[in-house]
Amino acid sequence: MTRIAELEPAPQPRMLRVLTALTALGFLATLYLGLFVAGTDIEQGEIQRIFYIHMPSFFGAFTAFGATVVGGLLYLARKNDAWDRIALAGVEVGLAFALINLLTGSIWARPIWNTWWTWDPRLTSAAVMCLIYAAYLMLRAGIDDLSRKRNFMSVYGIFAFVSVLTTLFIIRIVPETIHPVIVGASPQNAQGSFEATSGVVMALVPSLLLWLTLMPITLMWHRYRLETRKEASDRLMLQALSD
Amino acid sequence: MDDSAIIEVEKLSKAFGLLPVLQGLNFSIDRGEFVMLFGANGSGKSTLLRLLSGLSKPTAGAIRIGGWELPREALAVRAQIGLVAHRPLLYENLTASENLDFFGKLYGMKADERQERGRQLLQRVGLSRRAGSLVRTFSRGMKQRLSIARALLHQPDLLLLDEPYSGLDQAACDLLDELLLEAKEARRTIILSTHQLTRAPEIAVRALLLSDGKIVFDGIGDRRSLSDIYRDSARAQST
Amino acid sequence: MRTPFLKCALAIIAKDLRAEIRSRELLSVMALFALLSVLVFSFALELDRAARAEAVSGVLWVTLIFASLLGLNRSLAQESDQGNLDALLLAPVSRSAIFVGKFAGNALFTGIVGLVLLPLMTVLYGMNTLHTGVIVTTLVGILGFCSIGTLLATMTVRTRAREALLPIALLPVALPFLLTAVRATKGVLSGAPEWQVWLQLLAGITVIYLVLCLLLYGYVVEE
Repeated sequence: MTRIAELEPAPQPRMLRVLTALTALGFLATLYLGLFVAGTDIEQGEIQRIFYIHMPSFFGAFTAFGATVVGGLLYLARKNDAWDRIALAGVEVGLAFALINLLTGSIWARPIWNTWWTWDPRLTSAAVMCLIYAAYLMLRAGIDDLSRKRNFMSVYGIFAFVSVLTTLFIIRIVPETIHPVIVGASPQNAQGSFEATSGVVMALVPSLLLWLTLMPITLMWHRYRLETRKEASDRLMLQALSD
Repeated sequence: MDDSAIIEVEKLSKAFGLLPVLQGLNFSIDRGEFVMLFGANGSGKSTLLRLLSGLSKPTAGAIRIGGWELPREALAVRAQIGLVAHRPLLYENLTASENLDFFGKLYGMKADERQERGRQLLQRVGLSRRAGSLVRTFSRGMKQRLSIARALLHQPDLLLLDEPYSGLDQAACDLLDELLLEAKEARRTIILSTHQLTRAPEIAVRALLLSDGKIVFDGIGDRRSLSDIYRDSARAQST
Repeated sequence: MRTPFLKCALAIIAKDLRAEIRSRELLSVMALFALLSVLVFSFALELDRAARAEAVSGVLWVTLIFASLLGLNRSLAQESDQGNLDALLLAPVSRSAIFVGKFAGNALFTGIVGLVLLPLMTVLYGMNTLHTGVIVTTLVGILGFCSIGTLLATMTVRTRAREALLPIALLPVALPFLLTAVRATKGVLSGAPEWQVWLQLLAGITVIYLVLCLLLYGYVVEE
């Protein structure tokens, strides 16, 4: 009897429900700002509006991947399973954000650069970021023993983040990128820059804040709860098999 | 002080991921004691020995060896422990004497000490003539004997043996019995796990019987009395 | 009570060297693979002289990295297959000393392959790959790649499908080494002065990864 009860979803904490509602509302609000309030870019036209998701999703991925590093370090120090579940949630949410970043960039590049994809260093590094965390998930799936899995993946999560940072750093100092930089000086040969007017800033800042904080935290919390339930059901399955 | 407990185990539990293997073990073993660890396959014998050797960390509970707490003070304990595991833990591409020499270095032994002790042990386990042969060419029994030599190399206070009789022929079994007797006389503490009650000595020894991750018997017994207990516990489990 | 760090690391290196000299399991496979790879590239790319300068550093590094993957898998499998890692862990030695021992062996074998490869590429591609800059870059790059490689191979040899998992886990994480090493090598070969900056960057990353590996190796080997 008690076993089945374990599988019943625990009621969502009030905080989580509030966060979920705020995230949904915030998303709608930033969409509205980006689509209707901000002015149309003179050179690029409507496609420029994709930027209000493109850039925030990139930074949001860092919040999530950062959580993976913190979760990994704390798991290694404390051996509390919860930290590993947070690390896993960080990877999945961060990977989703990184893919959104890649996809929106590609859609934008088609009319502006006249190609879906180019081996520009910036694009390459974004792709590498996705590959590293895809490798994380694949490695994780390949380890049977649970405590070994948690140990290994905590270490891998740390190295993954270090690699992403060093790759970005290396790429940054390469002058040959054509990717525009909106904040700070664009490289000389950047194609597709636009002015950061007050309208752009007004649409960008709320969106950036949303993707940096509320969005990853809410999604990771849901993913964390799902993992907790998955592990409970695995445990029941094992008990049933060993009885 | 010599008679104080070398091993103290309190409320020791170990789970592999979600599967509990050992549940709340309590026992202590005195210095120089000879303990047989009985149990069916999968009862948690190997896991217990791995925990005692510091190779694996408990999920809950405490282990103290020679007063040092595992796993926190494992480093202090390691030099006192010799383990004969399921697998021989030898390098196939090295000779018998090279293997012993390598492990001697890891235990910080001096060159002449390594040489002397290695030669002595190889002779004792009857491998002198094969000292220069690659371990790859050894039979299961020879590997097992070399593995025992490796475990005794650094003169450990505590000797842990996991199913040491498996794969040994009669002569090798007798040799192992002799070695164990010698180790016992040298006041080494010995824990030996086996699932075969026929290996229990005629004389009475301390026995721990593991079943389903719990200690169901802890006491002195000889082969006959242990057989009865073993059978009873197996019957109790099947019902 | 602890066996000195250096003594333990040296013992592991000596042990691996001795086993390797006897069996030539690692070096022969790695060297043969490297040779084949260089030949295959030269056929596949059909390089003219101008294109060669661009491509040679890429060929060198791709070849070295895959040869090193072969070596890493085997070297750590030797510890894991017979459960020998347990025997190392049982001894009163620091976990980072075990890392240094295995890492040094792997770097040494890959380094030998690299030093064989460089004159060969000079002959086959007509580029001066024996320039000091290229040699130093090769050795530093190998040190860096083998550090994270040794750590990850220790993980992947204890997983299902380990031969397949090592490249998948290692290549994306080791990309910073590839990026900087290829550019430094290319810079030397084409006479661009900024190759020294790339080499310094490569050395910096190598130090960071080595320190991280030393700190984290214990968590990878212990349960």
